[in-house]
Parts: sequence; structure tokens; C-alpha cells
Amino acid sequence: MRLIKRIATYLFLSVAAFISIFPFIWMVISMTNKSVDVTRGRLLPGTHFIENITTLFETQNIGTALTNSFIVAIITTILTLLIGSLAGYGFEIYRTKRKDVVFSILILSMMIPFAAIMIPLYRFFGQVSSVAPAFGIDTLAAVIMPTVITAFFIFFFRQNTKLFARDLVEAGRMDGLSELGIFFKIYVPTMKTTYAAAAIIAFMNSWNNYLWPLVVLQSPRNQTIPLLISNLGSGYSPDFGVIMTAIVIATLPTALVFFLMQKHFVAGMMGSVKG
Amino acid sequence: MNTSSSYKAKPRNRQSMTTLRFKKQTIGWLFIILSIIGIGLFYFYPMVQAFLLSLQSGMGANHEYVGFANYVRLLNDPAFLTALSNTMIYLLVQVPLMILLALVFSVLLNDPTLKFRGFFRTAIFLPAVTSLVAYAVVFKYLFSPDGLVNELLLQLNLITQPLNWISDPVLAKITIILAITWRWTGYNMIFYLSALQNVDKAIYEAARIDGASTIQQFFYITIPLLKPIILFTSIVSTIGTLQLFDEVMNITGGGPGDATVTISMYIYNLSFEYTPDFGYAATVSYMVLLLVVVFSFLQFKVAGDDQK
Repeated sequence: MRLIKRIATYLFLSVAAFISIFPFIWMVISMTNKSVDVTRGRLLPGTHFIENITTLFETQNIGTALTNSFIVAIITTILTLLIGSLAGYGFEIYRTKRKDVVFSILILSMMIPFAAIMIPLYRFFGQVSSVAPAFGIDTLAAVIMPTVITAFFIFFFRQNTKLFARDLVEAGRMDGLSELGIFFKIYVPTMKTTYAAAAIIAFMNSWNNYLWPLVVLQSPRNQTIPLLISNLGSGYSPDFGVIMTAIVIATLPTALVFFLMQKHFVAGMMGSVKG
Repeated sequence: MNTSSSYKAKPRNRQSMTTLRFKKQTIGWLFIILSIIGIGLFYFYPMVQAFLLSLQSGMGANHEYVGFANYVRLLNDPAFLTALSNTMIYLLVQVPLMILLALVFSVLLNDPTLKFRGFFRTAIFLPAVTSLVAYAVVFKYLFSPDGLVNELLLQLNLITQPLNWISDPVLAKITIILAITWRWTGYNMIFYLSALQNVDKAIYEAARIDGASTIQQFFYITIPLLKPIILFTSIVSTIGTLQLFDEVMNITGGGPGDATVTISMYIYNLSFEYTPDFGYAATVSYMVLLLVVVFSFLQFKVAGDDQK
């Protein structure tokens, strides 16, 4: 009975692991196959890899899209970390009743679905366009701005600040550091792990963001990777080998980030829920 | 008490302490001011704008106030009702299915005697690193009429001819549900796994001695113990599902007909695909907010009632 249960467990987990991994394997195999072979569901690696890569780079602006996605994701990550951690630190270290009320109000914004604010945001950036075109519709700045300040990261940093030794703040004051100096010279270096975790989440969110860029970006030269893939997939005569190549390229950065920083990643996801 | 009496003894010191405290509090506000402005500008202000928009009607740039006419229109709009019922189906089928599956995985993987735990955990979590658009496109091909899923089912003699996973109204919904479940189960599992690590092993030991079966342990120990985290993940998943967009857009495009359209997609279509009707689109978007609030409240209620 025990043995049967054991075997069933392994069988169940193996099937689950296989289903989870299979699309990745197929994606990588398909990258080396011709379009027809991809639609036929060929499971063996082919010899079309070089052609697929060349076609992708020649017919699509994938270089531009990659650059755009990297610019957006990196700037978003830096700003998110800076603003989010300043606020999380501020709410926890300078805690007052009034600030707690403000905190609760900010947290409420997590309930606001993006679809509900998408149209006003679009119109807002339309107005920005007429004043400062560099920050309006169809700019990367417009993609970045509404995404860098989120209640999630304020909450995340505040939760983690609870674990930060307050004595260090007092020690910093004794040493004559300014309040901002304490933040940058003591808090930031001590909280490296928290920052790493937040960076991973922020980078992934930004890299994969689809709906808002779809709404606010128009010209091909401003496309990000998810927009490019979506367009490729819905084209009239899609080349599936090329699409799969693009998908693998799009997945590589997040997969790499995950494998290199697996520990932080898991800690990061859990940091947001621990007391 | 102690400190305040010492303040009384040294009034001058008290004076400087208050100014110092006041100064520190002002600096405290400076740390958070950017976030207050940002969330105000990019969340709350648009919510107010959306509400004002929802009271207006008109195509393109011409708008006039029509009171609550849009809200009345909503109740008689078959396209909205379809989108609403589709979203509800995804929500009520997919979220419980995924959470149960994630719980089962986490319990199995929490067993320290299990071999290859690290491998299984990483493998099941892996889908969570993919971009929503990328995996949606991959699923579209896997589930195409001559795709690998049909191929496999034919080989196993489970079906006699290829199924129309994408173009049949019911199967298309199932495809979407399978896709989301693939992407998010491992993600939720990680939360449960970490929570289980804090559970005292002795509880299970005692249950086993009392003769509780594995399934009884699961329902009477694991689920009650993990209740707070289950509540958290189910609220997050509910909010996510109510906003479902990327997958449907890229797997079925909302089709066949509007059999898989979600509310978010309907809002997008109203704003950017059809003749733009921002006022009505904003009205629909307020329904999403209402649903998020109602469902979060319900889930808190259910979890709270069980806890007494």
C-alpha cells in the first residue's frame, strides 16, 4: 500500500513536471525547424536555426524591440526600487498614525484593476503629448511612468523594513549622518537581498507587460518584445519557426534572471506575504 | 510616562526634542511624498476621471453628460453579459482548480523523504518565468487542429479525430483555462510551500497516530493551517482573472465569435477596436472594480466565518 502510494506520487509529479517543461522543450526544438514542421508538431531538432534567426533579424525590428524592452525594464526597475524603498522605509521608520492612514489608502490602489484606469491614463498621456511630446503617447517614457509607483512595492519594502534593525538608524544619527544619508549609507547596503528580490519581480513585470504598451505605443520603432511577438503571431502568413525563435529570445532574459537568482526570487515572492 | 516626566524636569530640552521630532516627521513625509503623488496621479485621479467618463456618452471627441444611462445600457448589452459570464466561468472554474492543484503539489513536495524535490519544484514553477504573450502564442500552436495536443490524444486513442480546441466555443474556454492553470499553478505552489515550512511537523505525526488518512490530513490540517495564505493567493488570483486579457487576446482573440471574450478585452475593444466609446468603456471598467471589491469581500467573509 505504502509502495503503491509512493509510486503514484512519483508518477503524478513526473507527469506534472513533464507538462510544465514540455512547452519549453518544444519551443527550443521549434526554433530549429521550418514553419511547416512546427505546425506539424515535429519533435526532432532541425537545421533551420540559422535561417530562422536571420529572417527574424532581417524582416522584424527585433533588435529595436529588444533595446526598447531593455530600456523600459531597466529604468522601470531602478525607479521602482528607489521610490518604493524610500516610501516603505519612510512609512515604517517614521511611523505615525497619520502616515498609517495614508498607507492604508495607498494600499487600496492595489484593488484598482488596470482596465479601469487604462482609458483615463491614455487620455492623460494624450494631453501630455500636446505639452511635452517626449513624455506623451507613443513614447517609452509613457510606458514607464504609470508602472514605477505601485502600492505592491511600497508594501513589499515596508514588510521587509520591519526586519531591519532600527538601532542602526539611531547609530547613524549619532554618527551625524543626515536622515537621507542613513537611508543610502546604512539601509540600502543592509537590505541588499530585499532589493535583489524586488529587482527580479520589477524586471519581470516590466519585461512582460503587454496591455499598457499595446495601448500607449503606436509606431513600430517603439515596439517592445511582447508587442512584436503578438504581432508576429497574428500576422497573415506567420512563419512559425521564426515566431518560436522570437519567443525563445523573449523568454531568455527572464529565465536567466530566474536561474541565476532563484533563491532571491523565491524569497522575494514570499517576502510580500510574510508578517 | 517616565520620559514625559523627565521632559517636565527639563523644559528647555523638551522644547528641542519636539522640534527635532517635528523635523524628523517632516523628513518622514519627504520619503513618501513621491509615492503619494504617483499613486494619486496614476491610480486615484484616473479612477475619478473614469467615473466622470462613465456619465458621458459620445463617439471619439464629442461627449455629453447622460447621467447613468451608460449603466442602464450595461444591463441590456448582450456583448457585456457574454464577456461577464465568460469571465465568471474562468474565475469559478480556474481559480479553485489551480489552488487545489497547487496545494496538492506543495503537500507532496513538502515530504522530506521525497527524492528529486528540487527538480520537481523548479520544473513546476518554471512556467511562471514566461511572458504571458509568449506562452499564449505557444499554447495557440500546441492546441491548433494539427497541433501536438491533438496528435498526442490521437496516438493514445483518446479521440478519433482532431478536436477544434481554438474554434469550438466550449473547447476554446477549456483551452484558456488549461493555459492559465499551466502558467500560474507553480507560482501559487511556492507560497504554500513556504507556509508549510513553518508548520510544526508534530501535528501531522499526532494525526497519523490518531489514524487520520492522508486525505483527511489534507482537508483537516493542511487547508485550515494554510487558510491565511490561501485567502491571499485566491484574492490575488481572483483580481488577476477578473482582469484577464493577454492570454485570451493571443490564444483565441476572443473567438470563436465572442465565446472567450473577457471583460478587460471588451473594454479594450470598446476603446480601441470599435468606434471609440470611452464613456461606455469606462462604465464597463467600473464593473470590474465592483467585481474585485465584491469578490475580495466575499472571500474575506468565507475565510472569516470558517475561523470561529
